[in-house]
Amino acid sequence: MTPSRRRAVICGAATSDYPYLPELSEHAVHAQAADRALADAGLTYADVDGFATAGFFPMYSVGVAEYLGLHPTYFDETNSGGSSFEVLVEHAAYAVESGAAEVVLVTYGSVQLSQMGRRLGTGGGGGAGMPGPAIYDSLWGNTLVGNYALAARRHMHEYGTTPEQLAAVAVTMRGHAGHNPQAQYRDPITVEDVVTGRLVADPLHKLDCCVISDGGGACIVTTAERAADLQRPPVWILGGAHATTHHMNLSAMADLTVTPAAQSGPLAFSRAGLTPADVDVAQLYDSFTITVVLTVEDLGFCAKGEGGAFVQDGGLGLSGRLPTNTDGGGLSACHPGMRGMFLIVEAVRQLRGEGGPTQVPDARIAVAHGTGGMLSTGATLILGREEP
Amino acid sequence: MTATTPRPGDMRPLEPVPGERPPRPRPAPVPEPEAAEYWSAAHEGRLLVQRCDDCGHTQLYPRSFCLSCHGPVSWMEASGRGTVHSYTVIRQNHSRPFRDWIPYVVALVDLEEGPRVMTNVVGVDPDDVRVGMAVRARFEAVSDDVGIALFEPAV
Repeated sequence: MTPSRRRAVICGAATSDYPYLPELSEHAVHAQAADRALADAGLTYADVDGFATAGFFPMYSVGVAEYLGLHPTYFDETNSGGSSFEVLVEHAAYAVESGAAEVVLVTYGSVQLSQMGRRLGTGGGGGAGMPGPAIYDSLWGNTLVGNYALAARRHMHEYGTTPEQLAAVAVTMRGHAGHNPQAQYRDPITVEDVVTGRLVADPLHKLDCCVISDGGGACIVTTAERAADLQRPPVWILGGAHATTHHMNLSAMADLTVTPAAQSGPLAFSRAGLTPADVDVAQLYDSFTITVVLTVEDLGFCAKGEGGAFVQDGGLGLSGRLPTNTDGGGLSACHPGMRGMFLIVEAVRQLRGEGGPTQVPDARIAVAHGTGGMLSTGATLILGREEP
Repeated sequence: MTATTPRPGDMRPLEPVPGERPPRPRPAPVPEPEAAEYWSAAHEGRLLVQRCDDCGHTQLYPRSFCLSCHGPVSWMEASGRGTVHSYTVIRQNHSRPFRDWIPYVVALVDLEEGPRVMTNVVGVDPDDVRVGMAVRARFEAVSDDVGIALFEPAV
């Protein structure tokens, strides 16, 4: 019945060490993650003909390929911020399915914490020197945190979402991080700890914000046929999609409470032939607590406006409505600037049954959703344990 | 910016370091060609929006075409009245000059004419700002020919 065609799978995945790597360069973090992902797959650099990564400079993928000693005939460095790696893996899937590449290595590396300290997110660049339209929203001393705070405030205004509901996201993530020996913060926290903490940009408190870390990760995309000869069970890339609503100017976002996930989610589920009800475990970009609330709504796990109720009372816990961020997420485990690769690696671990204390029993379908910029981009991957 | 009572957790401005430069002025944009009139009008105390010659759609930020129908656009003077769509109180920003303003309000304001703009709401205790609050433009020169529109509570 099904026409014979090349199907994309993830045949290897790994994180680097994290969250503090003062002894490594950014490129060395890429290399460490790549080494481990290749070892996981049972492949070598000689098997790699495609390479993808995203960083903050043009020709970034070319530079990292040079460092790794790769001479790929497929490369991609689409940068959509935190969602980049979901986009890169979606692209890699198309590449292997079309025959443009056989084995695509996708890596991420960052030494944000070691190099910049904890300044990310709380600087206002000023905008005077920025080219193009970004100046319109950047003159006012807004920060990255402030942009998400504006969305959170509007969501509270429209739907009655409370600071305690947002805090529940952070509390659940910390609970998962307690089982992750690598996590940056592991001590349990309470809703009260979050809401009585220091406000960074109202209504977001310090513990509503992700951590700042060093770290990286890598995964390898190839065909199911190739993966059949490899050592690890393949994780099937069932569907992917991405979208954008605006870039730096939050004033250009049509609705502060509707993120690009509202487009990428339904598209990805449609391409996978699945619905949100089919998902067993979710890895959702948690730059801020509000990011997760908006994402569960926009991906269709609950109706718009019901995200606060969805995430409270352990809704995202291991026995909750949607077990989410089983590694502790960016809120507690690791957030090196663009966390998207960590979502994919953790989804793969869950689908291979390697989740350890936070394994979701019999996880068959996982969603990894990255969010980039100022809620500017969203990219959804639907991954599966079994051949579709 | 209006001073308010510090609350626990507020990041206060750093104490002046002897010999440190004085506080920096608010940054000035370098206008794009299609927006020069927008910034110079604000320097004269007028808030402009773009209006489509064909379909009447109003918009900011300034663009070379109508976002709704891609028709040509002309400038229209706005009333300067609007309402707060959302706001935040920035309590941590290490960058100058902003760190000297903490705490301060960053807001999205819906103009009476339709467009939404990012701005600061000033002349009010940050803790008293609310979504839906009526505000009006108040202009500030940031260079010899560029001005910006801040907002304050409408009386």
